[in-house]
Amino acid sequence: MEEAKIVQGLIKEIKKCTLPLAFMEVCGTHTMTISRYGLRNMLPANIRLLSGPGCPVCVTATREIDTGIAFARTPGLILTTFGDMLRVPGSHSSLLRERAGGSDVRVVYSILEALQIAKENPNRPVIFYSVGFETTAPSAAFGIMEAKKANLQNFSVLCIHKTLPNALRALLDSGELGLNGFILPGHVSAIIGADVYDFLAEEYGISGVVAGFEPRDVLGAILMLIRRQGSAAKIENEYRRVVKAKGNPAALAAMQQVFEPCDSEWRGLGVIPGSGLRINARWQDFDALRRFAVEPGESVEHKACACGDILRGVKLPAECALFGALCTPENPVGPCMVSSEGSCAAYYRYRE
Amino acid sequence: MDKILLGHGGGGRLSQQLINDMFLRYFDNPVLNSLEDAAALALPHGRIAFTTDSYVVTPRFFPGGNIGKLAICGTVNDLAMRGAYPRYLSAGFIIEEGFSLSELEEIVRTMAHTAAAAGVQIVTGDTKVVGKGAADGMFINTAGIGVLDEHVSISAANAQPGDKVIISGTIGDHGMTILSLREGLSFKANLESDCAPLNGLVGELLRFKQDIHVLRDPTRGGVASTLNEIAASSKTGMMINETSLPLKPQVKASCELLGLDPLHLANEGKLIAVVAGSVAEQVLAVFQGHEYGKDARIIGEVTADTRRVALRTFIGSTRIIDISSGELLPRIC
Amino acid sequence: MCLGVTAKVVKIAGSTADVEFDGVTQTISIAMTPEVKIGDYVMLHAGFAISIIDEKQAEETMELFIELKKMMEEDK
Repeated sequence: MEEAKIVQGLIKEIKKCTLPLAFMEVCGTHTMTISRYGLRNMLPANIRLLSGPGCPVCVTATREIDTGIAFARTPGLILTTFGDMLRVPGSHSSLLRERAGGSDVRVVYSILEALQIAKENPNRPVIFYSVGFETTAPSAAFGIMEAKKANLQNFSVLCIHKTLPNALRALLDSGELGLNGFILPGHVSAIIGADVYDFLAEEYGISGVVAGFEPRDVLGAILMLIRRQGSAAKIENEYRRVVKAKGNPAALAAMQQVFEPCDSEWRGLGVIPGSGLRINARWQDFDALRRFAVEPGESVEHKACACGDILRGVKLPAECALFGALCTPENPVGPCMVSSEGSCAAYYRYRE
Repeated sequence: MDKILLGHGGGGRLSQQLINDMFLRYFDNPVLNSLEDAAALALPHGRIAFTTDSYVVTPRFFPGGNIGKLAICGTVNDLAMRGAYPRYLSAGFIIEEGFSLSELEEIVRTMAHTAAAAGVQIVTGDTKVVGKGAADGMFINTAGIGVLDEHVSISAANAQPGDKVIISGTIGDHGMTILSLREGLSFKANLESDCAPLNGLVGELLRFKQDIHVLRDPTRGGVASTLNEIAASSKTGMMINETSLPLKPQVKASCELLGLDPLHLANEGKLIAVVAGSVAEQVLAVFQGHEYGKDARIIGEVTADTRRVALRTFIGSTRIIDISSGELLPRIC
Repeated sequence: MCLGVTAKVVKIAGSTADVEFDGVTQTISIAMTPEVKIGDYVMLHAGFAISIIDEKQAEETMELFIELKKMMEEDK
């Protein structure tokens, strides 16, 4: 009951604020916490929570999904990936459908298991379709180094990792938002550090709080942002038990060694310079895109799908014409309805 | 000979051997032993309950049971959930050529043992052998007949606002056990399937007669699907307390690891009872006095709010209990 | 994004470790946290320890929660 008391105490404090304020979370796991515990309904109406481009599955461009599907269709090949990716709709199919059609698509919990599958199938190409922000990217870097050490010549990585800071810039540069603060991702920040976000305060005059994932963490961050209003913008860290100012040096070094920044296409935000990671030339033997000539064809997106606007925080899921009617978790049109942490799926699942 | 051959399903000498050495040996009872084309069964006057289910679980062996135990318990439980006394089962096997005979024997022995424990007889059966690749090892179908007392009217449509919802024990044990054995998910937990026949427990509940409104076993789709089905059939809502849900710590931890909701995990030895509020505590005591109901809890109540099956979370907020989208996929985000 | 669970390190062998939480055990990579020791708690994501939990920095020591606790006690 301790947690319930803390939550009530936080809500009581938050309710003392009567200003209309809008905060954006840019982490799908925060979106999940907010929906799963019904936090939005506990907040007063003047505090609005927006979901930003924080779900890696959701921000993946259709072309990148189509590329994964094209790999899955390559005869003889084993495509391994996180369970999150299986339902994501590409232009014409999904990995779940490809698997039903005979493709060898296997769900893993970690790149380490993909390496194991590669060891057990030496005569077949094994691809790890690697998606995620900075939390997950270093594990891909270590996985690639491990593959080299083990001389796993049949293993390569289809790398579509994205990085958050430049996406936040692009979001703010679009100027649509009128935000009063960011709830910043806990586990991305465990890797990149809390200091990385200083530019938000210094260049954009907007505050942010790095937060953990319990209800008290998210509500605590909201209260900290409320108390920041009226004073100079600042980045604070509510999640110091996990997130250090400078992040995780070993993880950052591994990413530096294996990847290089590249321009990357984000659903809803378009191509953002320096917001993606690709495998650098030294590790090209493990780059699936260099090793295989796979052509995904032309990408098409559903015209009425509002995922782009939702990811930018300019529309709520319920404001999409497809939401709940034509687009459901069982039959998703856009990626925000797929991933459990996608805003549409989270809204739909725990709708009130 | 240690493997199933196509000839074992061919109706000739090999088939006879398999029937005699395997099925009759273990399932042994006069009706089956007569080897007639159909079983002739003596039943009391009145109504019977009749059900069928097919079993395709992989892996076939798991901590707490195997496909054979599941094939008996699943069908016995489906009968029991209508308030019927399960009596007779059929068993149909579809076996892939090359299947290990000793594995088959282990499964058949478990079926016999489970049927005896549940007090049912396997009175008719069938075996088909299909070519390599035409089935994944073995599938089993069982159908069952149960006897239904005159006054019993248990149905998913009978929940009424004010009724209490009772679950017979910890949730998600079977589903998480099976998931933990999958390739690609390298975690270990001290997990065991809850697979068990529940007709004994149900038999004790029937003394509450009309006060037992609904019985359902939350198998595939888990507690979330079952609660939603009951609410839809009865045109009611539900309010469930998260803090009342019995959940083993290792199942909870595994769910956190894989990003899954324990309410979506399958159970094979649990039942949800919706009972009149006035007798809820007494019913709970009967549950808790039975070996398959020791961890039973009252988890919530039926409401008149037809729009929603809701969960009161541990922080006091409420949210919808949604059904799962199908295959449970572990996630990292 | 990014689901994480807190787990306790119970065994270390080179760059891998066995971690335990609530009866679940898993062999993970500690390549990102080379300084980790047996008994430490780590944040686990996709088979890797991404951070060693700093218990001194637990939320109970944060100004916000100390203040909250005080208020709750005063309310009593």
